Amino acid sequence: MSKSSYERVIANPKFHELCSKRASFGWTLSIAMLVVYYAFIAVIAFDPVLLAKPLSSTGVTSVGIPVGLGVIIFAFLITGVYVRRANSEFDELNRQIVEESK
Amino acid sequence: MRMSRFSAALTGLAVSGFSTAALAAGSVDGAVQKQATNWTAIIMFVAFVLATLGITYWAARRTKSAKDFYAAGGGITGFQNGLAIAGDYMSAASFLGIAGLVFSAGFDGLIYSIGFLVGWPIILFLIAERLRNLGKFTFADVASFRFRQTPIRSMAASGTLVVVILYLIAQMVGAGKLIQLLFGLDYTLAVVLVGVLMVAYVMFGGMLATTWVQIIKAVLLLSGASFMAFMVMVKFGFSMEALFAKATEVSPKGIKLMAPGGLVSDPIDAISLGMALMFGTAGLPHILMRFFTVSDAKEARKSVFYATGFIGYFYILTFIIGFGAIVLVLNVPEFMAADGKGILGGTNMAAIHLSKAVGGDLFLGFISAVAFATILAVVSGLTLSGASAVSHDLYASVFRQGHANEVEEIRVSKITTLFLGVIAIVLGIAFENQNIAFMVGLAFAIAASANFPVLFMSMFWKGLTTRGAFLGGFIGLITASVLVVLGPPIWKSVLGHPAAIFPYSNPAIFSMPLAFFCCWLFSKMDSSPDAAKEQEAYGPQYVRSQTGIGAEGASEH
Repeated sequence: MSKSSYERVIANPKFHELCSKRASFGWTLSIAMLVVYYAFIAVIAFDPVLLAKPLSSTGVTSVGIPVGLGVIIFAFLITGVYVRRANSEFDELNRQIVEESK
Repeated sequence: MRMSRFSAALTGLAVSGFSTAALAAGSVDGAVQKQATNWTAIIMFVAFVLATLGITYWAARRTKSAKDFYAAGGGITGFQNGLAIAGDYMSAASFLGIAGLVFSAGFDGLIYSIGFLVGWPIILFLIAERLRNLGKFTFADVASFRFRQTPIRSMAASGTLVVVILYLIAQMVGAGKLIQLLFGLDYTLAVVLVGVLMVAYVMFGGMLATTWVQIIKAVLLLSGASFMAFMVMVKFGFSMEALFAKATEVSPKGIKLMAPGGLVSDPIDAISLGMALMFGTAGLPHILMRFFTVSDAKEARKSVFYATGFIGYFYILTFIIGFGAIVLVLNVPEFMAADGKGILGGTNMAAIHLSKAVGGDLFLGFISAVAFATILAVVSGLTLSGASAVSHDLYASVFRQGHANEVEEIRVSKITTLFLGVIAIVLGIAFENQNIAFMVGLAFAIAASANFPVLFMSMFWKGLTTRGAFLGGFIGLITASVLVVLGPPIWKSVLGHPAAIFPYSNPAIFSMPLAFFCCWLFSKMDSSPDAAKEQEAYGPQYVRSQTGIGAEGASEH
């Protein structure tokens, strides 16, 4: 990268907008994932009976099964949410920054 | 009371984690009985080998430049790379191990697979794009981006080689035992076969062949596992409730299968293992290398999305397979051990027995062949990563100070591949009867304590300097290694001392923060003119990592 194009990027407000948007989105989703995961672990640790309860009075399937599968699906969906926004909004912003740096 | 329950729950995770380490290492622990030669499995495996050798031939003709060799020319799509990453993750160990865990512990198996999955979204949100934008062939390219090449590349290459060799030994020994059990082949023959094939794939076909071997195996494994789960669900009219009802009826654990269990041990060990698994993934050289095979950051993001989807789907399948095995394998005389205690070959064989129960000998052969193919695919990726560290980081950047040409670099890489193949075979045979359960745990701990802190700080912290990164990385590497030697897995189990000097099996909770701290401390203490320049260079590095300006693209063909 040439010095002048570096300076143009640094001076471009869109660059700072991209960095701060992406950072806050990335950290928010990371924290969401950690909260969901550690909440699940905390329930297992402090109140396992909650997850052991059957879903209905006649069945054996426990509450833990849909909750556990839910965490897996959540992990997948949350990556989808990130990729969707990054591949459209962030990439568009990025394209403009690269364009304007030339 | 609360605390003890907490530790009990965490330990449940730890224990399952350890069994994975054991599994990843051995798949089958202890001495195994050699089985009668399984011809169906052998024929299917031969078909797989012929197909993959064909691909290697095709890949070899397209592999000309260094970029082709290390990064498949940067032309792998996000979807393909997602499958390949998932393939690296879905080892024979995680397939047989998680299914076995669900088979024996029910719900706890699910807790464990979740622990493995949740690291991926975080890698995506924080690391994947920067890594793709800064790197070329190895993670050392990223870690050494603005630092002096010799010290940082040497440190990163050491971290890579130690991780790769530990992992390789574990896989080789696991392969030998598994193949003995599934195919009835001799242990030494199995290890030599795995070694020769992996060298062939990597040496001739480079990353392109290695990636396609991994993709094919991932598709075969996902199809096989889907078929098993489907057959199980058919028997229960696609009602999970009906499956669970029957399983709780026949299992000696009864309704407890549906609830979190957990065995008592040490919470610090449990957290430490969790850290090693989560952050170690972000420091495994053969996984990080996959981010350089795609054309840009957009495809890198898609890779993680698909990988997370496939891995998550795979874990849901193994959950069904584990429960299916309770119903269809447990208490069926054909699959029970002669002494009536458990099933033949131990709980890790649950998925294998189930394949026979739902699909007969033909499908058993298929699943056995897929398990073998899985090992081959994983060791190939490891070998390529080790060879790149030697040729790209040590030879081209350190030894030749960046003056080696591509032809020489690739030649060194191929020689190293051959050399690593020989080492893997020799050590695989040497460790046949050793307790190697600690090796994968150690590999993850080192990846989390040496590679990850340096990589992360070089991308996120402006203040890092060569001195800080070098000392921090090596201190992490040495601390993790020494603590494992002094801890129960080696000091007690291997060396036979009555008590370990260091009480925990997994050192990451100490060694990883120590590495971060030393990176920080020695960077702060570094007031050399070089350090100031390196800190200044963070600006351009930051711009490139965010925008991809100046990043490696795909090659032209």
